[in-house]
Amino acid sequence: MAKKPDARPNVSKEDLLKFYREMLLIRRFEEKAGQLYGMGLIGGFCHLYIGQEAVVVGLEAATKEGDKRVTSYRDHGHMLACGMDPKGVMAELTGRIGGYSKGKGGSMHMFSKEKHFYGGHGIVGAQVPLGAGLAFADKYLGNDNVTFTYFGDGAANQGQVYETYNMAELWALPVIFVIENNGYAMGTSVKRSTKSTSLYGRGLAYGIPGEQVDGMDVLAVKAAGEKALAHCRAGKGPYILEMMTYRYRGHSMSDPAKYRTREEVEKIRSEKDCIENVRDLLTQSGLASDEELKAIDKEIKATVNEAAEFSKESPEPPLEELWTDIYA
Amino acid sequence: MATQVLMPALSPTMEEGTLAKWLVKEGDVVKSGQILAEIETDKATMEFEAVDEGTVGKLLVAEGTAGVKVNTPIAVLVEEGESVSDAVPAAAPAPAAAPVESRAEARPSVVAVVAPAPVAAASGWPHTDLPEGPTKTMTVREALREAMAEEMRADPTVFLMGEEVGEYQGAYKISQGLLDEFGAKRVVDTPITEMGFAGIATGASWGGLKPIVEFMTFNFAMQAIDHILNSAAKTLYMSGGQMGSPMVFRGPNGAAARVGAQHSQDYAAWYAAIPGLRVCMPYSAADAKGLLKSAIRDPNPVIFLENEILYGRSFEVPTDPGFVVPFGKASILREGKDVTLVSFGIGVAHSLVAADELAKEGISAEVINLRTLRPIDYDTVLASVMKTNRCVTVEEGFPVGSIGDHIASTIMQKAFDYLDAPVITCTGKDVPMPYAANLEKFALITPAEVVAAVKSVCYR
Repeated sequence: MAKKPDARPNVSKEDLLKFYREMLLIRRFEEKAGQLYGMGLIGGFCHLYIGQEAVVVGLEAATKEGDKRVTSYRDHGHMLACGMDPKGVMAELTGRIGGYSKGKGGSMHMFSKEKHFYGGHGIVGAQVPLGAGLAFADKYLGNDNVTFTYFGDGAANQGQVYETYNMAELWALPVIFVIENNGYAMGTSVKRSTKSTSLYGRGLAYGIPGEQVDGMDVLAVKAAGEKALAHCRAGKGPYILEMMTYRYRGHSMSDPAKYRTREEVEKIRSEKDCIENVRDLLTQSGLASDEELKAIDKEIKATVNEAAEFSKESPEPPLEELWTDIYA
Repeated sequence: MATQVLMPALSPTMEEGTLAKWLVKEGDVVKSGQILAEIETDKATMEFEAVDEGTVGKLLVAEGTAGVKVNTPIAVLVEEGESVSDAVPAAAPAPAAAPVESRAEARPSVVAVVAPAPVAAASGWPHTDLPEGPTKTMTVREALREAMAEEMRADPTVFLMGEEVGEYQGAYKISQGLLDEFGAKRVVDTPITEMGFAGIATGASWGGLKPIVEFMTFNFAMQAIDHILNSAAKTLYMSGGQMGSPMVFRGPNGAAARVGAQHSQDYAAWYAAIPGLRVCMPYSAADAKGLLKSAIRDPNPVIFLENEILYGRSFEVPTDPGFVVPFGKASILREGKDVTLVSFGIGVAHSLVAADELAKEGISAEVINLRTLRPIDYDTVLASVMKTNRCVTVEEGFPVGSIGDHIASTIMQKAFDYLDAPVITCTGKDVPMPYAANLEKFALITPAEVVAAVKSVCYR
């Protein structure tokens, strides 16, 4: 049974529809990526973001042009949320010339300088100092941009995260550390990997404020993002947001899922789903009709199908591409 | 009994220093721990404390004297009732230098009190690799500093980051004075956190800056190697050419003197194996200045491998402010016809000494200084080998998978018919670096080994 959503008088219909559309795009895109993987069109590792959509959509809604983002290998959602073209992302997954990295990066290594998306990193935790470095550059250059540095509960146990916390606070870098706590580092649950009851709380040792946020609630995420951005833009240094979220799919496509029960996944899906929550808000308050939402569903489906078609039709990179982009 | 006070060794590589200032005068009574003098090494000015109690009987070296060798008697302490003459004539072997607590240098890499075995200096071969024009004499250390300062003046996005680069003035004094000129925004002291700051610098390079990361030694860069390889070297490729990492990772590499296994390793072959990196390994001050300027301007991540023992060596450097050394261009430091010595970094010093020795025996050696290991100037090496028909490579690193192995393999594939003998690769020994002085000397490549290898390939 769906959780009854609270009334949210301060949210416009336009905003809710935007969140709905963006979260749905990520979900349908990821479902399609899963299908293409099953068909052998996508190879290697493929980490789906299904379930966690509210985190990136909520935070992106709080950003301004110039803000940056960097994340781990579970990165498709972040790319779509910051406005990268689904065709270019999907074609990168299929390893085609039309992909954002001309097929040379793959699912885990994609970038868009234009959209200030700095990867897509396959080494767990490595993006954390990299994100702080982007913030270092912005502070050095004297602008008011902020960098969102996303990492998971698994990466939160890497030493370089804390090396970075120390310097980020020491130098008051404008960086928001977003811990996407989906409960599982691959197959190891948070409670099997740490005695810490909160991951954001570890920042307090370095003087970094932070908070836990319901990462399944896009409105709560956006509000937390706005608060964190205000802190950073005021020159007060970094901020930590621990997003309590959940992934419905496995760690990667080859996850046997022996570490959790089907019931656990089903329970969260039925009670907490971020897209269903917004759909309920829209319909139960009479802001949108089923027909309106169905039209959006159709439109998203068309966008994703178009991306999938593009990713199949775009040719493989020519062999000369093997030798390019090694040196600038 | 009167005690001689000896010129102390204040760093692993110090051979001599300047007695900058006496803080006591003859007739003063001193206690153990009292500061006697300020001594200036090529790395820092340090205070020198008395170990024994006594009265200063005589100051043997006037203040301001430069080039005072380690272990030279500099003063005599006498006990009550003794005269200075009791001590001064003692021409017997000087006792070992009194241990001096190194105050300024806190990390293990730079705390030591034993004078090193000096690197033999080659007689003054005219450098054939300098462009026409006036030159000035400067140390490798000064050349590195000047390169950074000039590039920082020219480009406001260039900044230096690392441990002790600012207020301490550089663990090896490379960055001395840069904080004063450029301020703390551009000369950034970091905590001891190599992985963290290597990652932050790489991110900053994506954000529009040109970081110079100083590792106190490349041994510590092992903590950061993931960012050097996975984050800096590969991003241009992984992003399909959208964004790269214009930055320099620099610092001393290879053995210094008596600092043991964890602080004495040559990483040349490691980094040279990685596509996406550029790798420089200068020998002379001119190499150091010209290559570092090229490195800072280069849009790719550059590994810049320096050598602590060479820091204090002096060379001629062009005064032309436009002087740079391009990547991928080896220099021929000495022309010869019987054998080609291919080397880089401190190996070049050994090769030049060996070439001197060989000349005395009628063997004419051509000495090639590769200067960059990625890219490598294969053309210069192959042209030389096609002329001399023999080759010996010289490097300090481990033998397995060495740069020499790669050069030898390339020569075999491209110039097999020109070879009159197999290529011999002279390297460090296949052991962790020992601490004992005799073992360390045995572990390192020496000019004598190069001479022996050359004789072997010349069938002499």
